Amino acid sequence: MKLNFKNDINPSSPAIHVAPSPHVFNMGMTTRDMMRDVIIALSPTLIAAIWFFKWFAVLQLLICVTTCLAAELIFTRMRSKPISVADLSAGVTGLILGLSLPATAPWYVGCIGSVVAIGIGKMVFGGLGMNIFNPAMVGRAFVMISFAGSLAASGYVDMTGGVDILSQATPLTAQKQSGIASQLAPLFWGYTNGSLGETSVPACLLGGLYLCIRRVASWEIPAGVIVASLVLGGIANITDLSTHWTVLHHIMGGALLFGAFFIATDPVTSPLTAKGKWIFGIGVGTLVMILRLFSGYPEGVMFAILLMNALTPLINRWTIPRPFGGI
Amino acid sequence: MAFLKKKYREHDATGFFPGPGTFAHGVHPPERKSLAADAPIEIIPTPEKILIPLQQHIGGPCTPIVNAKQEVELGEMIGKGEVFISAPIHAPVSGVVKKTETVTLANGRHLQAIAIKVEGEQVDGQTLWDQMFGGKWPQKSYQTLAPEKISKAIHQAGIVGLGGAAFPTHVKITPNDQKPIEILMVNGCECEPYLTTDYRVMVEAPEAVVAGTLLAARAVGAKKAYIGIEDNKMEAVASLRQAASGAGIHIAVLKTKYPQGSEKHLIKAALNREVPLGGLPSDIGVAMTNVATATSVARGVMRSLPLTHRVVSVTGGGIVHPKNLLVPIGIAMGELIKYCGGLKKTAARIVAGGPMMGFAFTNLEIPVTKGTSGITVLSHEEIRRVERSVCVRCGRCVDVCPMNLVPTKIAMASRLSELNLARKYNIMACFECGSCSYICPAGLPLVQLIRTGKTLIATEAKK
Repeated sequence: MKLNFKNDINPSSPAIHVAPSPHVFNMGMTTRDMMRDVIIALSPTLIAAIWFFKWFAVLQLLICVTTCLAAELIFTRMRSKPISVADLSAGVTGLILGLSLPATAPWYVGCIGSVVAIGIGKMVFGGLGMNIFNPAMVGRAFVMISFAGSLAASGYVDMTGGVDILSQATPLTAQKQSGIASQLAPLFWGYTNGSLGETSVPACLLGGLYLCIRRVASWEIPAGVIVASLVLGGIANITDLSTHWTVLHHIMGGALLFGAFFIATDPVTSPLTAKGKWIFGIGVGTLVMILRLFSGYPEGVMFAILLMNALTPLINRWTIPRPFGGI
Repeated sequence: MAFLKKKYREHDATGFFPGPGTFAHGVHPPERKSLAADAPIEIIPTPEKILIPLQQHIGGPCTPIVNAKQEVELGEMIGKGEVFISAPIHAPVSGVVKKTETVTLANGRHLQAIAIKVEGEQVDGQTLWDQMFGGKWPQKSYQTLAPEKISKAIHQAGIVGLGGAAFPTHVKITPNDQKPIEILMVNGCECEPYLTTDYRVMVEAPEAVVAGTLLAARAVGAKKAYIGIEDNKMEAVASLRQAASGAGIHIAVLKTKYPQGSEKHLIKAALNREVPLGGLPSDIGVAMTNVATATSVARGVMRSLPLTHRVVSVTGGGIVHPKNLLVPIGIAMGELIKYCGGLKKTAARIVAGGPMMGFAFTNLEIPVTKGTSGITVLSHEEIRRVERSVCVRCGRCVDVCPMNLVPTKIAMASRLSELNLARKYNIMACFECGSCSYICPAGLPLVQLIRTGKTLIATEAKK
């Protein structure tokens, strides 16, 4: 029998080649599919953001996504690597960064945040899969420190935006600075001030559950974040009865759910094993509550996630699973 | 698994087993057993030439005990080993011995092989079948046989594990005072996709399987015997239940999942025992053999017929007529493919064994050995894989690893030759089932990187 060894898909005689086992593969999920799922999961929060913040949201998201894609293109060119825009990861970074910025942040804030996110958050580490910190959070931390006035908590107070809702402080800032507890209903539905993607609880839950069901996000991480916040928030609630800011306000206000479902679950920067994911999630939740209750910042999700990102390699070392049959 | 309890366990006494019915993790590759599952075992016409490697098993190689130009008969011993862990080889045809040749098997091993030119009168196919699988296997005839006699007969018959690893069977079933065996576990899982040899043997020759199981249990001194079968082979379960009724053998019906046929995972699922890391089933009082091996045990002991033939599945989307064949050991792989109508134009890869753990090869002259369970010819469509990208640490390999390892970490450590890190992540526990590579969304060759790491560690140990 004659064999043909040319790599030809429609040969006249069979084209045979060799490769190591296994010879069959699961085609159900690729890295690109995972990124696509993240974008699908973000769509409820995108819709909510546009619904509440109108053109401010559209503009902010467009700025961030376009700049992220452009930065990805430029940096891959500089590194003479194959163009990786098609893997959708830069798009996801842009969306998450945009959703974590307030609607009224000036255009250059989104631009600079995006360039830092892709350049310093991802590319200097070696590109997708190599970064230690969540790129979007690196970008956000940079602009938050650089442009505190237009971004940080106090920035919301003297907004000059045309939309009425924007002229208020975020619920967390109002609570921190003036002790005003917001109503629960606006906190739940999202018609309140805050970063674009964080305000609506149903939108975050819907997208987050989709991610967990598709197993693109590990449920252990959001579960850990929420459990830790519930416990610590509950304790704060019981010990300090004067405050009207209850544990429910803590869960539904600010970026806690958005961060728990969409940012902390970034697989690249979170641990690999189930045990490690619990440690990571509980760590994020605990740090958020410590920052919110004891620090000068009204919000702590971003710093909590960045801190736990730094601990991830260590958590991975701590949680090497017991092999089957091992002691 | 509650459903297993309801569905099969309380069927009758033969259906009882103490294990949970499945194991943690694992994958569900497309089974595609229907390609050849309903093809009854056919006997291939005797080829013109046979090539028998001198080492088809784990252990010491055989030395030839025949000379060139010598005439041999079917079943005559032509080579034997000097050490205990070794299995003799026998002529699968009648003919004349030719010069020894060197052959490179699909797994990459270079071996000396005895060539036999087929000459003279041959036993015809139907007689061969009747001798090997047909007729009655009366239990009375061996109930008084001494255990040492059984293991001696198994050794003489050159029987090795037919599931793929080809470990000499007599070694496993010789009693050891330090490690007494309580349970004989017979593996009928055949968890590799596509392959149907064990399934056909269980359906067509259940009496021989039962006889071999009882013989092996008697030899090793096991009080209990279980046959483990996945629940996608209910026809085999039914035929074995009938054959085993009253024999005291339990049929454990297990959830279909790859790699259920792994020794350690079968023991976990059927018996709820864990083989210690780096240990053997005998450490926890279990001896393991395979259903096809059991038939050759029955044949070797009760009919004094050595292991000269075996059943091989020739299957896959790239073969014209998928079949199950009874073939002489030493026949060229190409003969089997030719008998099954040849390759389709879409054929892309020829694999010795199944698609998860088998070895791809291109030389169709290489012979079938005792460990060849199938030839899987895969088409371009079947070997389609996801485009290679980078690890985003999604953890799917961790979720599927049946040994509960972290494959991506081990693979990356191996790629960087960081052997201490690889050891820390228990690289040596990996038995290369391929589940991690199968599932990887980034299309990374994880198991191949781990193999490289294991080889590096072995070379380092030799220095």
